[in-house]
Amino acid sequence: MAGKPRGLRLFRNLNAKVAAVPMVLTTLVVFVGGTLWTVLYSFTNSKLLPRWQFVGLDQYKRLWSNDLWNAAIWNLAFYGVMSLIFTITMGFVLAVLLDQKIRFEDTFRTIMLYPFALSFIVTGLVWQWILNPEMGIQEVVRRMGFEGFTFDPLHNPNTVLYGLLIAGLWQGTGFTMCLMLAGLRGIDEDIWKAARVDGIPKWKTYLFVVIPMMRPVFITTLVIVAAGIIKLYDLVVAQTSGGPGNASQVPAMYVYRYMFTAQNLGQGFAASTMMLLSVLIVLIPWAYLEFGGKKHG
Amino acid sequence: MADVSMAGVQPHSVQPRGAKPRRRFSGSNIMLYGVLFVVSVYYLLPLWVMVMTSLKGMPEIRMGNIFAPPVEITFQPWVKAWSQACTGLNCDGLSRGFWNSVMITVPSVIISIIVASVNGYALVNWRFKGSEVFFTILIFGSFIPYQIMLYPIVILLREMHIYGTLYGLILVHTIFGMPILTLLFRNYFSSLPEELFKAARVDGAGFWRIYFQIMVPMSLPIFVVALILQITGIWNDFLFGVVFTKPEIYPMTVQLNNIVNSVQGVKEYNVNMAATLLTGLVPLVIYFVSGKLFVRGIAAGAVKG
Repeated sequence: MAGKPRGLRLFRNLNAKVAAVPMVLTTLVVFVGGTLWTVLYSFTNSKLLPRWQFVGLDQYKRLWSNDLWNAAIWNLAFYGVMSLIFTITMGFVLAVLLDQKIRFEDTFRTIMLYPFALSFIVTGLVWQWILNPEMGIQEVVRRMGFEGFTFDPLHNPNTVLYGLLIAGLWQGTGFTMCLMLAGLRGIDEDIWKAARVDGIPKWKTYLFVVIPMMRPVFITTLVIVAAGIIKLYDLVVAQTSGGPGNASQVPAMYVYRYMFTAQNLGQGFAASTMMLLSVLIVLIPWAYLEFGGKKHG
Repeated sequence: MADVSMAGVQPHSVQPRGAKPRRRFSGSNIMLYGVLFVVSVYYLLPLWVMVMTSLKGMPEIRMGNIFAPPVEITFQPWVKAWSQACTGLNCDGLSRGFWNSVMITVPSVIISIIVASVNGYALVNWRFKGSEVFFTILIFGSFIPYQIMLYPIVILLREMHIYGTLYGLILVHTIFGMPILTLLFRNYFSSLPEELFKAARVDGAGFWRIYFQIMVPMSLPIFVVALILQITGIWNDFLFGVVFTKPEIYPMTVQLNNIVNSVQGVKEYNVNMAATLLTGLVPLVIYFVSGKLFVRGIAAGAVKG
């Protein structure tokens, strides 16, 4: 704060302040206010309407002893880890392939990225149809003569998350690929020349030189993808509706159910607070790494 | 990697000039294009299946193969999806959802872009005490799961008597579009030469005049990027549509999900796929028309924070 001390400056820059009113209201009322409100009311026993009756951690105890919530958390954890691993490796590998000065690069990129323009609802419904056991891939392969072939991930509790994964990766890898490609293009050409002069094979250069140099890109991608995974909702609603049984329930569906259909607001608030907490676990270390050093520098 | 440095000291008597000629059909090239081809099939398959299924009759779907092109092309599923498909008691097809989505998307896009661009401009050229703090909260806010803010917004909209109306949803889209759009405009405006702004100030132009006569005309590309980002984002929204509207004004995505995942009646897969394709058509057209600008839009979205 190097500003010179001046008098009351409320009316200086008035137009800019007026222009910033929507931002100030959004941040204060919705982002900060809304979040705090929900966190506070997660400690009450609100049912149909929010009521200020403090019950401590009761809602959280009930939450964590609820089978549906536990199923949702484990489903999301499994889906999230798998999705992170695959999106990042697939995105990187595809970006490397596209970075080989190939022909039709634009065409390939267009093909890989177009699913990202589509909504999760469209994605979920298309893959629900392709994976349909009576008329989809399974049936096509069976009619080719492989009678015993089974590929019906969506109707088996043990495999339904893989079914979601196929669709989720289809929608999202193009985006990671684009980020990675931008990162690869940002690598200095001289690095490649130096590696070539030293006779280092290409794959070794990628593994030991380029990937470490792209660390910021990887971290940013990780944070964006992870924050997206925690919000996972539309895809599941469209593709499996959380079934079979509760095998593909996710926290966002639990929140929606308790807030808007089961009329147990307290549970919904507690569950959404847990979602916030999981985002913070991802976000805080990242923010610390990214900005922690600079702010005081 | 001891042997690696040896390669560098090999004698080189003849210096080859120009680019190294590349064999077009080397083994690794065939591998490369082979992999890219297989990957492209994975990405294109759903689009292909959607189009093919939507052009077949139900008997053909039941006995045929989802990947095969239709023997007999019919546009009946498209007509039915558009004007007759049922959600609950309404049987006027997806056209209702389409027009709802148009009525939601158009004002939301315009308002959110106006608000965010003015805001980004104020953040760059008219900084005031605390403006950066709010901006930081705004960006971090974009990572908060929407679920935690849903109920407070319901209360807010109810107090304003716009809960369950188009206005309410438009306001919600404007609010949640703000972080990314403000970031987009702020970054773009700060890349413009500051001298322009200063010269205009010296000449006596005020806040709005500089915005309309200098900033906007110089930033048309970024407005297009913002347009693409917002149209696809708002068109594809599902959660806000479900929470903040009522059945008569459900956006297209919500209505589509209700049509396809309804439990009553015989499933008409061709109609379902035609409906799915119809819903995906708007963002797809935007994507294919905008090309590189779309990539730029999502790249801008990626540097959040």
